[in-house]
Amino acid sequence: MDLKTLTYIVVGLTFVLYIGIAMWTRASSTGEFYVAGGGVHPVVNGMATGADWMSAASFISMAGLIAFLGYGGSVYLMGWTGGYVLLAMLLAPYLRKYGKFTVPEFIGDRYYSKAARMVAVVCLIFISFTYVAGQMRGVGIVFSRFLEVEIVTGLMVGMGIVFIYAVLGGMKGITYTQVAQYVVLITAYTIPAVFISFQLTGNPLPQMAFGSTLSDGSGFMLDRLNQVVTDLGFAAYTAGNKSTIDIFAITFALMVGTAGLPHVIVRFFTVPKVRDARSSAGWALVFIALLYTVAPAVGAMARLNLTTTVQTGAVGSPEGNLSAEQRPEWMKRWEQTGLLKFTDKNGDGRIQYYNDGNKAFAEKAASFGWKGNELKVDNDIMVLANPEIAGLPNWVIALVAAGGIAAALSTAAGLLLVISSSISHDLLKGAIMPDISEKNELMAGRIAAAVAIGIAGYLGYNPPGFVAQVVAFAFGLAASSLFPVILMGIFSKTVNREGAIAGMLTGLFFTFGYILYFKGIFITPMAPNTPEHWLFGISPEGIGTVGMLLNFAVAFGVSKVTAAPPEHIQHMVEDIRLPAGAGTAQSH
Amino acid sequence: MHDLKAMTDKERENAADYWRASLKLIFFCLAIWFVVSYGFGILFADALNAIQIGGFKLGFWFAQNGSIYVFVALIFFYAARMNKIDREHDVHED
Repeated sequence: MDLKTLTYIVVGLTFVLYIGIAMWTRASSTGEFYVAGGGVHPVVNGMATGADWMSAASFISMAGLIAFLGYGGSVYLMGWTGGYVLLAMLLAPYLRKYGKFTVPEFIGDRYYSKAARMVAVVCLIFISFTYVAGQMRGVGIVFSRFLEVEIVTGLMVGMGIVFIYAVLGGMKGITYTQVAQYVVLITAYTIPAVFISFQLTGNPLPQMAFGSTLSDGSGFMLDRLNQVVTDLGFAAYTAGNKSTIDIFAITFALMVGTAGLPHVIVRFFTVPKVRDARSSAGWALVFIALLYTVAPAVGAMARLNLTTTVQTGAVGSPEGNLSAEQRPEWMKRWEQTGLLKFTDKNGDGRIQYYNDGNKAFAEKAASFGWKGNELKVDNDIMVLANPEIAGLPNWVIALVAAGGIAAALSTAAGLLLVISSSISHDLLKGAIMPDISEKNELMAGRIAAAVAIGIAGYLGYNPPGFVAQVVAFAFGLAASSLFPVILMGIFSKTVNREGAIAGMLTGLFFTFGYILYFKGIFITPMAPNTPEHWLFGISPEGIGTVGMLLNFAVAFGVSKVTAAPPEHIQHMVEDIRLPAGAGTAQSH
Repeated sequence: MHDLKAMTDKERENAADYWRASLKLIFFCLAIWFVVSYGFGILFADALNAIQIGGFKLGFWFAQNGSIYVFVALIFFYAARMNKIDREHDVHED
């Protein structure tokens, strides 16, 4: 059977599974639509959180990023897992105790302010749409490469599937589909990694393999990798080339941002008890770690495989480079997608892949007759092309396609749900139509989900500039606006309405402004995006850390000079700190 | 939600005790969280890289794998200890 047919079958089967689950788990009340009725087992919720969390970026892009960044890629590994420690200890149990449906609802109640709730809604919607567009783009890439259909068709199919289970099933449908999607994505990620680990090192466990010796007898894999890449003018793999302060700031912004992302937080509203919220965060991280501890191994092995495929012999000898005619099939296939590009700059019929941005090495390269780097490889193809590079059977490639789609769809559904609940519950019921009946609110939630899917699909097909900056925007804004006010809402009894609103707005505008200033989205960049121009040497990806500190400072400062929160709010804070008496999440 | 104004002084004191115990545990866990990631994985990564275990430079390993294992263990440790503190202060769920 050819690859395309096989991929259609495997992807088609997973879709049948998701739709089957959707039919079985229809939501019949707002409680089921927003928080799955509040009766999800902590381990099940942990698994659903894993799929909810691990997006197209985690599945498709992250290992590729790590492959090219080496040690610098650690910011994603630590940043996107360490946030769960914060979530488990600082937010999830207390928000679960509070027992409401949405994150803005907590903020609105705790700060006794509709304005605070609306600011939170705006942050939530912007963060979630930025994030969801990236998922849709991921679906498009997988469809166009593996099923060879137009991106539009791929998006339509993806939107249709999410529509069925998110609109009908709400959080209940999403939860159980996410469990299935987790199983698909983790299987798809692990199998090629195990095969490649075994091929390269003889050790099938990826987490051990990248610290093992290579089967070809050339020593430890990471030592060999350092050797191979530095020989071509790149930074050593295990050292990287980002400044310590920037690595620190980015990691921190990603951790805090992770803990502040609404679509992750609401998953912990679905478990029965406060105790469950704590352990569920642990389970979530177990399931996430299964992918995140494999990713750096995949990255290192992919980089080694790619480099040695192109640089077949000694650097500088005419026969040391792969002849373009003999380049493997997978390269040719990925060239068609535009994600891999080869241009024979010096016309020698061979491929030179090296760091021409390194002046000293570029001069040396010129003496070999090299005229610039000839191979451009997009981060996104490393995971998707991995099974082809390693020559694995077609069913593995088909499975990876299904895994990529599962990762994108599960995250998209979680995001669309928080967008729609924010609109139906926070905007409609909370502000515009407080007397809306439960039945109409549920209908409004479904309509909002359907509209949001349409917009997400459009953004995925026609991504505006800001979508490429998901990391800076979504995490930066979650870190600088939502996380601090939630945290202060639980851990401080003195931060008041004025403080929270001022803090949130400061964090939001500072972070947003800084990103615009350097990235030039919506406007032209006002300064080159280079370390000399950055504040304290912190890149736009890490600036959420500074935004968060400003938020805290402003909130405490303003709270000091304005009236303390009313007594019933202080009692409310005392109450959410005690686990006893947590009912299931409810609307009043 | 039960009525907090109805809390007796003794209950209030117990709640305050409970909160102090929770904060102490959280602080302890976050200190470890900070040390393995920001300490071993970032600030002291270069120094730790001088130590090699198998094929891993230690700082690099903490940054890419080790810290994640510690995070997982930390959350379960926290959850278990927190359950114990809940019970000791009789604020656990039924």
